[in-house]
Amino acid sequence: MTLVKIDKKNWAEGLKAAADAYRLYGPVKGKDYHQFKALEKGETPEFDMVNTRLSPKALLFPQSEEMLEYSLDESREDHHIMKAVARDNTPRAVIGIRPCDAKSTLLVKLNFDTPEVKDPYWLGAYQNTTFIGMACDAPLSTCFCTTAGCGPYHEEGLDMLVMDRGDAYLAKILTDKGKAFADAAGWKAAADDQAAFESGKAAAEARMVSSIKTDNLADTDLLELHGAPFWDDIAFACLNCGTCTFSCPTCWCFDIQDEVHGKAGVRMKNWDSCMFPIFTVHTTGHNPRDTKTQRVRQRFMHKLKYFVDKYEAGIMCVGCGRCVRQCPVNIDIRRVSELMNSFKPADACAVQG
Amino acid sequence: MQNPYLPYPVRIDDITVEAEDKSLKTFTFVFLNEGDEEKFAYQAGQFAELSIPGKGEIPIGIASSPVEKGFVKFTVNRAGVVTTHLHNMKVGDIMGLRGPLGNCYPWEALEGKNVLIVGGGFAFTTLRSSIVYMLDPANRPKFGNIDVVYGARSPGMLLYKNELVEWEKRDDINMHITVDATSDPDWKYNVGFVPPITEQKAPPGGDDTYAIVCGPPIMIKFTQPVLEKLGYAHDHIIMSLENRMKCGFGMCGRCGIGKELVCKDGPVFTLDQINKTPREY
Repeated sequence: MTLVKIDKKNWAEGLKAAADAYRLYGPVKGKDYHQFKALEKGETPEFDMVNTRLSPKALLFPQSEEMLEYSLDESREDHHIMKAVARDNTPRAVIGIRPCDAKSTLLVKLNFDTPEVKDPYWLGAYQNTTFIGMACDAPLSTCFCTTAGCGPYHEEGLDMLVMDRGDAYLAKILTDKGKAFADAAGWKAAADDQAAFESGKAAAEARMVSSIKTDNLADTDLLELHGAPFWDDIAFACLNCGTCTFSCPTCWCFDIQDEVHGKAGVRMKNWDSCMFPIFTVHTTGHNPRDTKTQRVRQRFMHKLKYFVDKYEAGIMCVGCGRCVRQCPVNIDIRRVSELMNSFKPADACAVQG
Repeated sequence: MQNPYLPYPVRIDDITVEAEDKSLKTFTFVFLNEGDEEKFAYQAGQFAELSIPGKGEIPIGIASSPVEKGFVKFTVNRAGVVTTHLHNMKVGDIMGLRGPLGNCYPWEALEGKNVLIVGGGFAFTTLRSSIVYMLDPANRPKFGNIDVVYGARSPGMLLYKNELVEWEKRDDINMHITVDATSDPDWKYNVGFVPPITEQKAPPGGDDTYAIVCGPPIMIKFTQPVLEKLGYAHDHIIMSLENRMKCGFGMCGRCGIGKELVCKDGPVFTLDQINKTPREY
C-alpha cells in the first residue's frame, strides 16, 4: 500500500493526463442534483455534495442497456438471428465514488458474477473500471454505513481511496488498478501520512449519528419473519412508486424487452422494481405478489433476510440512506430492520393465543 | 465469456396442433448451427426460453426427451404476446432458443425406485419428456414400476394422443388416462378428475416410490391430500413450479420464492422444499 500526495492545483492536470488512458466518470451537478456522468475534456468531478441523488450503479448496470441486435429484414441472410451489440471495452475510471457505493458493487457482483453464469455486460463494465473513491468527511443524519458493513473511509471495492486535506488530496493506493491509474495521472509524490487517514476515519465515524440493527436477522426463522404481524403497518403508506429501488445502489432487478424500429431490433435490459405489480404477474392474471404489503415485504425480506441467508455476506444494504431521504412517505429501512431484528416469533404466538 | 442472454438460432421444422380448441401447438425446432445441439444438452424436467426477435421470450418446459436426437420440441399454450405470435409462425421461420435452464427431475434419486407421474392439462410436457426417457431401452431397467395418471378436460384436449395409445399397449408402464367429462360413447378410459382417479389407481407411497406432479394449481391442491393419504412423504412428492421469468438463470430477480429462485434453484422442488419457502408462486 502506497500513499501519494496530490496538490489540489495539480489535480485537474493529473486527471487530464489520465484521460489519455481512461474514459473518466465522476459526479457533476446537473440542473438540480449531482449525478455521475462521463466527464468532458477538461471537466473535473464536483465534490460540493455528500452524495449523488441516484447511486452510481448505472455505470455498471445502466437503466436501459442494449444487449442484442437483429434484423427482421427477410432479404438479409442473417434475418432474425441475434447478435451481441458491440461495446466499448476500453478502460475507464470513476473519480469520486463514495465508499458506500463502492462497497455496493461487491454486493451486486454476487448476483451478476456467479460460478455457473456470468453477466458479460455487468462484469465486462466492472472489469474495465477503476474505482477512485472519495472519503466521506461529512456524513448526513440519514447515513448509517458504519452499521451496514461499510464506513466513510471503507476500502472494499475501491482501487484508490482519496481524502481531502484542505490544499491537497492524500490518496491511498489499494490495488494494481489503482497503481496504474496513479501512474497515468502522474501522481507519484510519496507521502508518509498514514496517521491522517486514521484520524480522518475516526473523526468521520464519530460524526455518524444513525445506525441500523441487524444482529438477530440471520438467526430469526425466515417463514416466521415472513408471517410477522407488522408488514401491513409498514406498507400502509407505500405508494409502490419504486423510488427506493431505483435510487438504491444494491437493487439489481431488471426486465428484458425488445424494441423494433422499422426492421432493426434490439433486446435490452431495463431496471425493474419489486414494487411494481407487473414485475411478477403471470400471463393468466394470477399474481403471487398481488398486494402492496406483499411487495413491500419482498423488498425488505430480500435485503434483510433472503440475502443474509443466501450469501452470508451481511445485509443487502450499504447504509447510503438514499431510500430514507427520498421515500415520499418516509418509509425507513432502519425502522423496518429494527422491527425485524427485534421480532420474536413467540410473541406472535402469544398474541394469537 | 459465454453470453447467457444470446439464444441459439433455430428453425421451426414442424408444427402440430395438439388440442381440439387449437390453443396448444407443438413446435419442433432444429438448430441452424452445427454443434449447438450438443451445447444444448438437457435432462427431462428442464426448460428453455423461446426467443422471438422483436417480440420477446417465454420460458417453456422442454417436451422432447434427451434420448431423442436431431431436434427439440415444445408444446405451447397460446396465452400472451409471445405465444400468440409463435402460434402464427410457420414452418421454416427462424427464431431463437436459450437454455437449457433450471434443474431437472432428480434422476439419480429416482434410480431403482417406482415412479408415479400425475399430470393435468398442458402441463404434461416435461412429463412426456420424462416418460420417453424412462421407457428408452437403455434406461427402463433403472426404474421400478412406472404409473401415469394423466387427465384433461376432454379427449380432444389430451396431448400426444398417438404416444398415449402406444404406452397403453405396453406392459412396462401403467397408464391411467382420464378426462373430466366426455360424450364419446367409444371412450374406453377413465372419466373423472385427476385427484379421485389418482386415489383409485395410484400405487401406495413408501421409501421406494416417488410421485412427480405437474398440473394446474387446482389439480395440485386436491392431489396433494390424496398422495398424503396414499402414504407419500413430502420429500417423495416432486413438483415443478412456474413463475413469471425473464432471464431464466437467476439474475433478474422476479421469480423468487423467498431465497430460492424458481428459474435457477427450480423449477423442480420437492413438496418438502416448497413448504420451507413463502410459496409466492
